[in-house]
Parts: sequence; structure tokens; C-alpha cells
Amino acid sequence: MNKKRMEILKRYQFLLVMLVGTLIILAVNPVLGIHVYGLAWDNVLGMLGVLPPIFILIGLLDVWVKKETMVKYMGKDSGIVGILLGFFLGSAAAGPLYGAFPVAGVFLNKGSRLSNVLIIVGAWASMKIPLLLFEVSAMGFKFTLIRFVMDIFGVLIIAYSIEKILTDEEERQIYELAKKMN
Amino acid sequence: MTIVFYGVAAAGLILSFAKSKEKTKLALKKAWKAFENIMPQFLGIILLIGLLLSVLSAEQISGLIGKDSGWIGVIIASIIGSITLIPGFVAFPLAAALLENGAGYMQIGAFVSTLMMVGIVTMPMEFLYFGKKATFLRNGMGFVFSILVAIVMGVLL
Repeated sequence: MNKKRMEILKRYQFLLVMLVGTLIILAVNPVLGIHVYGLAWDNVLGMLGVLPPIFILIGLLDVWVKKETMVKYMGKDSGIVGILLGFFLGSAAAGPLYGAFPVAGVFLNKGSRLSNVLIIVGAWASMKIPLLLFEVSAMGFKFTLIRFVMDIFGVLIIAYSIEKILTDEEERQIYELAKKMN
Repeated sequence: MTIVFYGVAAAGLILSFAKSKEKTKLALKKAWKAFENIMPQFLGIILLIGLLLSVLSAEQISGLIGKDSGWIGVIIASIIGSITLIPGFVAFPLAAALLENGAGYMQIGAFVSTLMMVGIVTMPMEFLYFGKKATFLRNGMGFVFSILVAIVMGVLL
């Protein structure tokens, strides 16, 4: 029981610190404080718009996709198929990067190769297709093209470098973490 | 795009429900648990973002990363991009406005790229799934890579 309580406390530690900190700001400087909470509230509304379908899809994937299927298409020996699927899933995503982490968790848990999951995260962060159209209209075609082409290589290099640098034990721990979070 | 996602999720749920009621219930339970696991960190981060954006204004940013700010401007732009977490549909108009207000392409390239690849405020969430080492590696490499993107943009644009 005590251990469980500690874990809950640890989970809420960061939120508590932020809550106390921003409440102090609200008391000392109400104008700034209201601004902070106004922005936070806008963000919460934005999140409520984007996150529910992501989590529902995570749940469905968890229940319906067999581990063997995931291993076949995104596991250790999935080769180019796993890489392409990673790019496709990441760049077709919607929503901010923090939505990618729970998705990464469920893919790891189902036996996806670490580098393929890191490709999802990388593509999710920087190559989202819906955003590209937006980028072209705001920043111009050349800017967008340079970034997109460079990011294909950047995402691959970062994903494989991390997999190479981590020891087997560290990689095992990541899979353990994913298990805990699902 | 969000509508497409709602559509896909709804279609998935209906299909799943038609095939098995129990499994669909389980899927929703798992969805909720995955969400609940991440929620406290998430709300904390949202407060942190609100605080950062309240303190840093667009004018302040463009003052720091003007055309003549050179390497220092690139580094400052990368650091600002790494710390702030602005959704893309807000970030691109902001970046375009900064360009018009005198920011340089190299600096804006660094800002946009780090904004996407590096997320210091979301690190607590990333730790939960990838652990400390992989998180630091991913963000550190993203930072270095973004500076590379900035250099290429400085040369080509």
C-alpha cells in the first residue's frame, strides 16, 4: 500500500510543483498568472480535441493486433517494410509530439523494433503531412523541401544511432518501461 | 485532419464492436488506462508551457534572432525552439512573421527544426517511455541536426 502511495506521489510530483508554482505567481502577479492559466486552458481544450481518437486507436490496436503480426511487420526482421511503415505512421499522425509517446509505448509492447518506433517518433515530430501544407503556405516551398528531405535522413540517422549506442540491457529496460505504461 | 482521426477511431470502434463487445470494452479500458498514466505529467507540462509563453513574447524573440545575429542568433533560436512547445499551425505563421520582422533564414530554420525535433519540456513524458538515456540522445542529436539544417538553409536560401 505504502509503495503504491509513493508511486502515485511520484506520478503527481511534477504536476504538484507546477500547480504550486503557478498559484504563487497568480497570487503575486495576477495579470501574469491569469495569462498563464489562460494559455494552459487553451492548450487543454486543444488536447481534448486531438487526443481522444489517438488513445482510442491505441486501445483498439492493443486489443486487436496480435503480437506476431506486429513482430512480422515492425519487428527485428521487418527490414524495409518496418522502416516504411514507421515513416508512414509517423507522418500520417495528427497532434503534438507528446501524443507519439503512448503510441510508441504500445508498439514497443507488441514487439516492434526500437529503431522503427524511433522512426515513428521522429517522423511524428518533424514530417507530419498535414502540417507540411501549412508550412509551404507560411514558409515557402524551398524552405519546406529542404527541411523535409534533410529530415528523412535525420530521422533515420537518429533512430539507428540511438539503437546502436544503447546497450542490450538499456534496450531491455525500455521495453520494460513500455510494458509498465500500457 | 482531426476530423479524419475521429472518423477512423469511430469506424474502428464500430467495427470492433460488431466483432466483439468484450474486446471493444477492453480496448476502451486500455485506452483510458494509457491516458490516465500520462495525464499528470501532461497537465504539468501544459502549465509549464503557459508559463514560458507568457514570459517570452514574439517581439522579444525576433529581437534576439535578427538577420545580423549570426551564430549567436542560431544558437539562441535553437535554444528557444528546444524549450518552447508551440503547435505547428501556430509556429509557422509565427516563424513567417518573425522573418518579415527581420529574423534571418538560418535562425528561423534552426528555430523551426528544434521546435519540432527537440522537446525539453516534454522530456518528463518521454522519460516514462524511453528512459533517460534514449531521451537525452534523441533530443541531443535532434539539436545538432537542427543546426545542420540551419546551415544548409543559410547557404541555399
